[in-house]
Amino acid sequence: MSVTVSITLNGESVSAAVEPSTLLVELIREHFRLTGTHVGCDTSQCGACVVHVNGCSVKSCTLLAVQVEGADISTIESLAKNGRLHPMQQAFKTHHGLQCGFCTPGVIMSALDLIANNPDPSEMEIRNWLEGNLCRCTGYNNIVRAISAGAQAMRG
Amino acid sequence: MYQFVYQRPGSLPEAVEQSTQAREGLFLAGGMTLIPTMKLRLTAPSNLIDLTDLAELKGIRQEGNAIIVGATTTHAQVVSTPEVRDLLPALAALAESIGDPQVRNRGTIGGSIANADPAADYPAAVVGLGAIVKTNTRTIAGDDFFTGLFETALDPNELIVAVSFPIPQRAAYMKFPNPASRYAIVGVMVSQGNDGVRVAVTGAGPNVFRVPEMEQALAVNFAPEVLEEITVSADELNEDLHASADYRAHLIKVMAKRAVVAAT
Repeated sequence: MSVTVSITLNGESVSAAVEPSTLLVELIREHFRLTGTHVGCDTSQCGACVVHVNGCSVKSCTLLAVQVEGADISTIESLAKNGRLHPMQQAFKTHHGLQCGFCTPGVIMSALDLIANNPDPSEMEIRNWLEGNLCRCTGYNNIVRAISAGAQAMRG
Repeated sequence: MYQFVYQRPGSLPEAVEQSTQAREGLFLAGGMTLIPTMKLRLTAPSNLIDLTDLAELKGIRQEGNAIIVGATTTHAQVVSTPEVRDLLPALAALAESIGDPQVRNRGTIGGSIANADPAADYPAAVVGLGAIVKTNTRTIAGDDFFTGLFETALDPNELIVAVSFPIPQRAAYMKFPNPASRYAIVGVMVSQGNDGVRVAVTGAGPNVFRVPEMEQALAVNFAPEVLEEITVSADELNEDLHASADYRAHLIKVMAKRAVVAAT
């Protein structure tokens, strides 16, 4: 029996009829075709599926779509405006913060949650925060540098 | 995962009623354990009763000499609440050591203790701080709440409303985490409060347990060296690919000593 879920997705009011067992990441990728949010492990370990729900980073593979009824959801697609990368995206490009890029959307959404609460994080705070994001290209040093530079750019 | 009926009650009585009516209902809080378990088809509730909208289960407040934490309070909220940080920093530190930021943004105290995972952190706080679990029908002493591996004193359709933590004179939690999951291989909460010293261990046995010999020694002298002569038996401790029972027994003493130092 399908249920209608209405959310704000990247600033736009949308709704979809889903089964109760539909995951948030399935709603985002398969119903709304926003494929920047990835599914890596599907067991809430790797963080490739991180999106924001009401401003907090969450793993969208471990949330039911029906749980976010009425919520404000932001994905990686919300960041670039008018063809210009967000300062954090630009910092990942500048500092080679990605190799294959599969983990990158989740890492960036996770980093932006950190910076919303801690605009000038130390290297150790960034590393601790990335506990829930795995990069199998093992590019952590450049990821940490990119987040630090992105935070600096966002502070202006 | 298998299909189920999703329900989202607006009040505590409605939630209990829906659970009573369901063939096999389960309450859903943060879902950080329940949803992965359902994805693996290890559990298949007929009805999933989402507690998100229940105002009765929300919020953190101070009442006299206790901090009351609502059942659907997330780990991140425990970490960031000034009253917890000021009056019960050991609880804030414990919450901050759970999982990762995204898990802490969704996972709840009520969900954690109802699940009673043998390696979860919160059971050490509930027993180690002498907390009281308030449900929709009664209050349960923390010491009586955890009854076995993934087993609690909760009755069917009984719902945790809040956990009341007495504010101790001093307390600290130390854990040796699994480096991948951050679950406790061994975690020890040590506290000294009005009802004496408590030492509670998670991760090492089928469920959280106290170590009376350590409590008695620390009551006489709250110093790490008094634990030196105490031998922790490895009998009935957990043994898995992460740590042998003997190693866990060793870690209990090491973590207890570190907790005493941190609490002093």
